[in-house]
Amino acid sequence: MNEIALQAGTLWLREITRFMRQRSRVIGSFLQPLVFWLLLGAGLRASFKPAGMPAGMDYFEYLYPGFIVLVLLFTAIFATISTVEDRREGFLQGVLVAPISRPTIVIGQALGGATLAWVPSVIFLVLAPFAGIHLGLGAALAAALMMAVIAFALTCIGLAIAWKIESTQGFHAIMNLILVPIWLLSGAFWPIAGAPAVLQWIMRLNPLTYGMAALRQTLYLGETQALGGLPSLAFAIVIAVAFAIATFALAARTAKRATAF
Amino acid sequence: MTASTAIPAQARATNESAEPAVTASGLRFRYGQRTAIDGVSFTIGRGEFFGLLGPNGGGKTTLFKIISTLVPPQEGDARILGCDLRRDTLALRRRIGVVFQHPSVDGKLTVGENLAHHGRLYGLGGARLRERADKIVERLGLSERAGDLAETLSGGLKRRVELATALLHNPELLVLDEPSTGLDPAARRDFLNYLAHLRETAGVTIVLTTHYMEEAERCDRIGVLHQGRLVAIAPPAELKARVGGDIVAINSRDPETLRRKIAERMRVNAALVDGVLRVERPRGHDFVRDVVDAFGDEIESVAFGKPTLEDVFVHLTGHRFFAGAAGARDDGDAQ
Repeated sequence: MNEIALQAGTLWLREITRFMRQRSRVIGSFLQPLVFWLLLGAGLRASFKPAGMPAGMDYFEYLYPGFIVLVLLFTAIFATISTVEDRREGFLQGVLVAPISRPTIVIGQALGGATLAWVPSVIFLVLAPFAGIHLGLGAALAAALMMAVIAFALTCIGLAIAWKIESTQGFHAIMNLILVPIWLLSGAFWPIAGAPAVLQWIMRLNPLTYGMAALRQTLYLGETQALGGLPSLAFAIVIAVAFAIATFALAARTAKRATAF
Repeated sequence: MTASTAIPAQARATNESAEPAVTASGLRFRYGQRTAIDGVSFTIGRGEFFGLLGPNGGGKTTLFKIISTLVPPQEGDARILGCDLRRDTLALRRRIGVVFQHPSVDGKLTVGENLAHHGRLYGLGGARLRERADKIVERLGLSERAGDLAETLSGGLKRRVELATALLHNPELLVLDEPSTGLDPAARRDFLNYLAHLRETAGVTIVLTTHYMEEAERCDRIGVLHQGRLVAIAPPAELKARVGGDIVAINSRDPETLRRKIAERMRVNAALVDGVLRVERPRGHDFVRDVVDAFGDEIESVAFGKPTLEDVFVHLTGHRFFAGAAGARDDGDAQ
């Protein structure tokens, strides 16, 4: 147990150290979603009011938690891309011949990637007042916790893909094909309630919808809020946590298969 | 498994250390349709300096991957340091040090950080880790660079860091994949000297893959790999002795005709390898005189020399070592 913690811990630390030494990555992961949010939100707030959005909320505010998840998604994914090259001609070669089990490797990588994704998204929380959300301490803590769960799940998805494929080009293709739609269909852009029936079903089957819903509700913790078609907080948390565990199992299994031992 | 549990741990340990460092039997590995390793069996003794020699694509990197526990063989078995490669993989990994062809040190980390991460992967921590890291850094002459980012080091120093990480956990077996690729001749000599020193002082078994003849000459024994098979396994001197005496290489505008004429008139069989006629003769200088006397007009140049390991390779396989590269006797600067 002690040794597993030491091994996973050192892989976690490596991710953090590397990240801090690449300034452009630090800034980019935070700035890109911020710019998107400002542009989209500012452009659409006047004219766009999707059906099913709670009364008294404007679109800028509605988009805000969606872009927190986008920060998580971008950073988590970029943190895992390196796995592809790293295991063939980099640091991971040495990890693979060390006395460390494949799930332990994935734990270290997932915690590392999740931390990298989580920190800028927490900074994003500071912007809540600009979205018109008055964030209490309790709500902020609950939201931060929820973000950690989402960050872990998204990093594990990234890892499962990265351990499976052979090239980083492939990674980008899969990301655009799978991960961005998962985000779009999570309730980040429009409420479930207002969507056409078919789309509603797809959104209900999307596991990220529940993480999204839980985060949305934690931001208004302590206020009376209209659910607007969202699943209840407790149910959303259960599904989000289960999703994180499932994605970890998937990533660990993929890593084990990819390295055959 | 059942038999070994009955033996007391003490006896088992001595049994283990009496076993060869590597015993491989019938190893096979395929990438899709392409067979990389095609039924390879060999034994490497404890404390041996063993080289796997072969051209690129000969299968030596695949064999390296199997011995270093990076991939399991698809067929066949191997016992390494008394451990079963498939069943005791984790235990075995603690006792092997691996140096990869592509760098495995992280350029964005300092030398010291690389060593620390590596040590923790092997369960080393705290004071013990610091002590070992300090010692290995000093032994490899890296003390002054320990705080530098690995990416700022020269090729030779980077290699030394690779070696430092591989030695940090005191392995009994060191496996290296083309360790001197990308090193200049001086750095390569240094590196080989250190490996030899390591074997002498610590009794570490060393297995390396190489396509440098100079490197292979330093080994106790060489396994020559060609198209996934081991075509010979012996000390370098013995391999060279297998070539019949001296080597005469003849360049001609029409080598095929000359080959026929030499066979007819001198009763000597010359091999045509990549457009060059090759003759192995006990008294090469006599043959040079005779052949120039007889066919002087048809000969463009004649080279004469003692057999090198490249000649051994040609002798064993009928192929040039660096297929397609004219005059590719390698003196170590091919890359």
